[in-house]
Amino acid sequence: MALPSTTEIIEDLEFFDDWEDRYKYLIDLGDEMPKMDPKLHTRERLVKGCQSNVWIDVQVAGNKLCFAVDSDAIIVRGLLALVMAAFNNKSATDILAFDIQAYFQRLELEQHISPTRGNGLRAIVARIQNIATASHLV
Amino acid sequence: MAFDVQQIRQQFPILSRTVHNKPLVYLDNAATTQKPQVVIDAIVDYYSNYNSNVHRGAHQLADEATRKYEDARDTLASFINANSRNEVIWTSGTTESINIVTHGMAQKLRTGDEVIVTQMEHHANFVTWQQACKASGATLLIAPINDAGELITEEFIKLINANTRLVSIPHASNALGTLNPIKQLISEVKRLTADQALVMIDGAQGIAHSEVDVQQLNCDFYAFSSHKFYGPTGLGVLWGKESLLADWPVWQTGGEMISEVSYQDAKWNTLPYRLEAGTPNIAAVIGFAAAINWFKQLDIKALLEHENALLTQATQMAEDFSGLRIIGSASAKVPVLSFVMDRGHPADIGFILDRQGVAIRTGHHCAEPLMDRLSVPGTARASFALYNTSDDVEQLFVALKKVKMMLA
Repeated sequence: MALPSTTEIIEDLEFFDDWEDRYKYLIDLGDEMPKMDPKLHTRERLVKGCQSNVWIDVQVAGNKLCFAVDSDAIIVRGLLALVMAAFNNKSATDILAFDIQAYFQRLELEQHISPTRGNGLRAIVARIQNIATASHLV
Repeated sequence: MAFDVQQIRQQFPILSRTVHNKPLVYLDNAATTQKPQVVIDAIVDYYSNYNSNVHRGAHQLADEATRKYEDARDTLASFINANSRNEVIWTSGTTESINIVTHGMAQKLRTGDEVIVTQMEHHANFVTWQQACKASGATLLIAPINDAGELITEEFIKLINANTRLVSIPHASNALGTLNPIKQLISEVKRLTADQALVMIDGAQGIAHSEVDVQQLNCDFYAFSSHKFYGPTGLGVLWGKESLLADWPVWQTGGEMISEVSYQDAKWNTLPYRLEAGTPNIAAVIGFAAAINWFKQLDIKALLEHENALLTQATQMAEDFSGLRIIGSASAKVPVLSFVMDRGHPADIGFILDRQGVAIRTGHHCAEPLMDRLSVPGTARASFALYNTSDDVEQLFVALKKVKMMLA
């Protein structure tokens, strides 16, 4: 099934009033997000966090950047699904224009992209933004 | 003297706060302990009433600050039963303490010399020696552990020979909790090398959970941090035998550590100052002395029994919890429960516990080679301190039930 858009995610998460439902939603998103081929779990694609590992692969399709991401932690996968909703299959221009900080604040999950969390999510966001900056599609 | 945990808890203001609207259950004490009010007060008192640089001011405040600062050294020296106050070097933490020793050893080691560490090291006591050996051409030997996370004494002993220059072992493992029989290990090293090899103990995880008497241990260096022992952050101690420290290669150069300086040359100060360049962390030193004085008046035997009872209770509940596996089941442990679950990466466990007010640590615990040795990506670690209660242990397992349910 297709993953929800950022708008749908914002609406969905606003609907839940307790943390448990919100985290279950993240876990479900993590389950639904397509798995990365384990062969792609290489050192070059690894973004190491001290709590969990995250992998990222990027392909260029026309003027869009297509990402595949993965983590060994299910809640981190759910968080990655939120990031994918914002960045996947988007142009470099759209990626760089998107305010990820505001988006995570809106979702009340900003703690997960703060520097205090060693889960690799912040590093993935930075990696995606760097890829977008470096791509000649800007 | 009885040990009244409720009375102790009242002295730690942070323990009455809530996290995500739940009462805080703080089980990340191996990372850092909370601070009693007396420590907070000592720091506030210093900054409010006699803040000044030490050793060099020509005024009353400098005299007061210097006296308190040097009194703290005496307090610490007596607490660990050092031979002399000159053996207590203030550092920024255990990591810097170890670096002073490795930096000096790197200058003394030669090709063919051997340094021994264990498979359970924190990176601070591993990367340091790995790099010192690389730089000097010495060989680093790594003593193996068994699946319970205990050092295999016979294998350790086999590594010791005439080439052994230094052995560095953790008092206790931060990731697993294993409490090493350091007194016995030190005496083996000394016996097998005719007192030639030096022994360093990384005491970061040991000092708060055992009674340390450096003379009785007969090691050469013992390193630890204030913040894991109810004191302020940014301060550590390197204790070393005076005969060694007196001409140990200086670590940092600059102010304080010199006796005379000309445009051409410089001479080093005497101990302890020769290894303490620059303005020290005065507030932390004064706060740490308050922590030591506070700790000393507790019934230490009773508090260690209390911590051990928490570990026993937690271990029992963990063994009864299906889908959970304890990592590190040494027969002697500091109060650390490291574990993994069938469903749930350690990071997931940490997120869900946090939402329930339960603070633990997850990940590789700065011990990546150890995680590889045990074939786990990391663990979830609950670590206890003297202010934790049996109810905290219960709350941990209530919260873990929620983890299991949510990740089912």
